[in-house]
Amino acid sequence: MAKVELTRHLYTFFPDLEGKVLVVEASTVAEVVREMEKIAPGFAFYVCDEIGRLRRHVNIFVEEERIADRKRLTDRLEPDSRVFIMQALSGG
Amino acid sequence: MYDRILVGTRKGAFLVEKSNGRWTPKLSGHAGAGVNFIARDPHSGVLWAALGHGHWGAKLSRSSDNGKAWSDAAQIKYPEGARYLGTPEPSEDDQDAASPENVTLKAATVLKLWTIAFGQAGRIYVGTIPGGLFVSDDGGERFELNLPLWNHESRGGNLFDGDGTGVTHWYGTPASEGGEFAPGIHSILVDPRNHDRVLVAVSTAGVLETTDGGKSWRSRNEGMLMDYLPNPSAEWGHDPHSIALCPGQPDHVWQQNHCGVFYSTDGAATWRKVSSADQGAHFGFAVAVDADDGKAAWVVPGKADMARMAIDGGLFVARTRDGGGTWEQLREGLPQENAYDVVYRHALDISGDRLAFGSTTGNLYVSENRGESWQSVANNLPPIYSVRFG
Repeated sequence: MAKVELTRHLYTFFPDLEGKVLVVEASTVAEVVREMEKIAPGFAFYVCDEIGRLRRHVNIFVEEERIADRKRLTDRLEPDSRVFIMQALSGG
Repeated sequence: MYDRILVGTRKGAFLVEKSNGRWTPKLSGHAGAGVNFIARDPHSGVLWAALGHGHWGAKLSRSSDNGKAWSDAAQIKYPEGARYLGTPEPSEDDQDAASPENVTLKAATVLKLWTIAFGQAGRIYVGTIPGGLFVSDDGGERFELNLPLWNHESRGGNLFDGDGTGVTHWYGTPASEGGEFAPGIHSILVDPRNHDRVLVAVSTAGVLETTDGGKSWRSRNEGMLMDYLPNPSAEWGHDPHSIALCPGQPDHVWQQNHCGVFYSTDGAATWRKVSSADQGAHFGFAVAVDADDGKAAWVVPGKADMARMAIDGGLFVARTRDGGGTWEQLREGLPQENAYDVVYRHALDISGDRLAFGSTTGNLYVSENRGESWQSVANNLPPIYSVRFG
């Protein structure tokens, strides 16, 4: 089970997620996004484009490590990994 | 004549309403998000907004209660396997960016939702970068990519099933949300006499027409001139900034182009350059046409091409009433000193005798008398992307 934590910005679009503990069954980051899409329809297209690549200005960390595979999100998770979905800092 | 103006800005959607003789802007929604275009479906009354979130991509949003609440609509996505031939951004290293060895096959994803248009009841069009025309026939519940235009021979043919011809005549614009160089559809005009006839304008390719509801498309660039290419009258490669037609005389079509103002009286079959730099009408982005008189049009000229700002620090609207034979400069009520406003392609509109335009410096101006005089309605809005009555 992975624990998912979101940038506050995403609560603007998915207010029902605010305050919820998000724990999903997933062994890769791609599965986290897939499970989040089930909980909050539309979520995946906010985080990834239509062919599944992480959007340019979005970062995902597993614990303190930024994921390596931004195209297919194949980075593997430990059973109780924490996954952080963040905005990338890409401007001044 | 509408008493409401829908304003899309870099930081939100604004509604500007007239009551008791006064125009008042109000933030309607999407605070902080880029709103490329807002328009009202004349059949359903639903407001539609094309958003460009800095982090979260392009999203289509709708409001069924006149902008009180907005929610995500059906999202526009390229179908699986959609690809396009991309040309790199011109650079000093690429003398000929469009040469075959520089063309690359790219997977299509939405880089920008740029414009929205309406046909018969239930039909909604959205134009995108990279060069997609998306169509809904159920009032926006579902959108599909128009494949005859996507697979058009001018852009290399069908790339779903193979590699096509390898040659595209659709070049790029850096107007996508991330600045990625790709072609974009920014103007969609539906013939009010016949909804199966639609014109689209593409940066950078030119104008295309369908007369069979989108089953087939042909170029409509005869008479256009590109003064930046060795062959100025080539079929493709034109840079329309926007096109507009006269609803009462739909064969009268206007085009503000990179290279001047062009006018057609035969439904875009042939074009004629009618701008006059001497009279202050040449470079610009937006054009508006009278609802009944196809010879009457308005543009907001900018200093071409290296500057792209109001000419000599004084803002004016240029109007012609004789099909571009002569142009008047309308300046009353507009700033004439230290004005550096730029008016983007969707940021000028007309409703009856009323006109409105907005600038990248956040100024919104309205005229109640066909442009003879103007009043400033707002001065501190975010950079304005689109202005539409509705």
